[in-house]
Amino acid sequence: MSLLAPRTLSPTRSRVEVIAVGVIAVGLIIVLPLLNSAEVISNFHLNLWGKYLCYALLAISVDLLWGYTGLLSLGQALFFALGGYMHGMYLMRMIGDLGQHKKPIPDFLVFLGWTELPAFWIPFSSFSFAFAMVLLIPGIIAYVFGFLAFRSRIKGVYFSILTQALTYGTSLMFFRNNLLMGGNNGFTDFKFILGYDLLSPVTQRGLFVITALVLVATYVGCRWLSRTKFGLVQQAIRDGENRVLFSGYATAHYKLFVFVLAALIASIGGALYVPQVGIINPSEMTPEKSLEAVVWVAVGGRGTLVGPILGAISINALKSYATRAFPDLWLIILGGLFVFMVLFLPGGIVSIPGRLKAIWQKMRGTRPPPPDSSTRPAIPLRSEPEVVTSKS
Amino acid sequence: MPHPIIAVEDVSKTYDGFKAITNLTFYLYEGELRTVIGPNGAGKSTFFDLISGRAKPDQGKIDFGAETAASHDLTALNEYEINRLGIGRKFQTPSVYSEHTVWDNLVLSLKGPRGVFASLLRRLSSTERDRLDEILKLIRLDAKRPWKAGLLAHGEKQWLEIGMLLAQDPKVLLVDEPAAGMTDDETHRTGELLLSLAGKHSLIVVEHDMGFVKQIARDGQVTVLHQGTVLCEGKFDDVQADPKVREVYLGRGKHGTR
Repeated sequence: MSLLAPRTLSPTRSRVEVIAVGVIAVGLIIVLPLLNSAEVISNFHLNLWGKYLCYALLAISVDLLWGYTGLLSLGQALFFALGGYMHGMYLMRMIGDLGQHKKPIPDFLVFLGWTELPAFWIPFSSFSFAFAMVLLIPGIIAYVFGFLAFRSRIKGVYFSILTQALTYGTSLMFFRNNLLMGGNNGFTDFKFILGYDLLSPVTQRGLFVITALVLVATYVGCRWLSRTKFGLVQQAIRDGENRVLFSGYATAHYKLFVFVLAALIASIGGALYVPQVGIINPSEMTPEKSLEAVVWVAVGGRGTLVGPILGAISINALKSYATRAFPDLWLIILGGLFVFMVLFLPGGIVSIPGRLKAIWQKMRGTRPPPPDSSTRPAIPLRSEPEVVTSKS
Repeated sequence: MPHPIIAVEDVSKTYDGFKAITNLTFYLYEGELRTVIGPNGAGKSTFFDLISGRAKPDQGKIDFGAETAASHDLTALNEYEINRLGIGRKFQTPSVYSEHTVWDNLVLSLKGPRGVFASLLRRLSSTERDRLDEILKLIRLDAKRPWKAGLLAHGEKQWLEIGMLLAQDPKVLLVDEPAAGMTDDETHRTGELLLSLAGKHSLIVVEHDMGFVKQIARDGQVTVLHQGTVLCEGKFDDVQADPKVREVYLGRGKHGTR
């Protein structure tokens, strides 16, 4: 809770939020796994939900950039995939000599004619090293890219195109066999994690609990961040970067911080995704994946923290259902949904209760309360004109 | 003679061959309230852009320095560095953060550390709160502190931006058309406020409304810009009586604007 204020969120409202988040957190972290161990929820479905929660982390990272800072990244899945790859390297090492070729190095390397491990693979036998790389590699790439882009004041559509080019270029690199990262098959056939059998329901349940914990912690952390002065500056950059610059803030530093933070969140999401889904390949970093994540955020409601989580879970649940029920129609359904949301519900799913309330009040003929931010809606999709400054 | 806090010497700026500012020389003295007038396209906004770091001059010097402090070459600094030295700017079209509350707009502008990590742990002290309360009363937005700034009327936004400038407590205020979109009464109060700031702060006010200029200029200096350079400088009545000024404003000469 911010102490900067008199804040406008009323105490009852924030209490409702704390209770709601608490209930959902307990539901995800304790109730779902318990139901799974009691065999009420199948392993398949728990695993599916684990995947959704990883996607929710990716969605939060997109929203942190797009909804809160006005930076539309069309390459956020890159960091998700890199996190997955770094963790995947550790999981590949844990296969040991149980691969199809029965050699102590990963199968794809045997296939490429290697007889011993390439040097850069060696330290990935250590889980802690791999975990450090999950944070470091995406963090460093985001830092260098962000530093150059923000220092040159690249913004708007140019920034979006560059992020897309970055993820596309990297995916082309990972498709090549001679990068020694598995080529277009990527990594799969994982068997153990930290000595536990990866395929056992208990391990998968543990991974689910960890994912849920990370998601709740990320939510709480981002919630805190959005209510600090940092959060105020971040959202001010979104609405009028010039004013922020002329108020003495080095906006590039703020944007860089958010960009790196978002990359780390996405990367952790990817690192949790790989052991639950059992495969990582370069198609995870193609531009479509990043665009999909943007759709989740748009549908859920950008500029809120609940929105991306709702969007990621609901669209992916719909996808799981629709790709089985109407495999040929899925992309049309997704596109149609996106168009529908932009046209009729620009605030996303999270804006539905507010809209219903407004309609209800209109029907009863009561006047709406004074327009302060206690009724803060999500930011509409259509971008407002930026604060224009004069030029004579 | 007081010390010049801003010294602009022989500055030129060209945009794609268009000479926005040509050999402009201008001094602002400590504690002064200077009014700058000039027809459309005279280079007033470019002039502010050059001082505040938004544009870099092609040639010439722009120095900032109080009598007691070291002087700084503003042409080598960017927007936020210049702002941190103590030069605040109010834009022509009110630029407030429309999704933030009135209060948060002021919090963001409040003088203090501007770094990323400082902002993560920043809390307002009670003195700072009092200061913001005081500013809210002064700009008459006390009752609207929880409002989103985007919902304010145009004149109120102008006042909020002035309040934001006050919260920064800058040494120099660059104020671009503060009275645009205000009622006569509001315009008058804006004038009073700006006058009360002179002395402690130094101000440059660009304005079109001659009644307002007359009110704030009193017997201070008025600078007339025309085609990117200083046409004349002097007291309001002298400037108004100057035939060259009448020519550019009333369009009798060959360079006249409508």
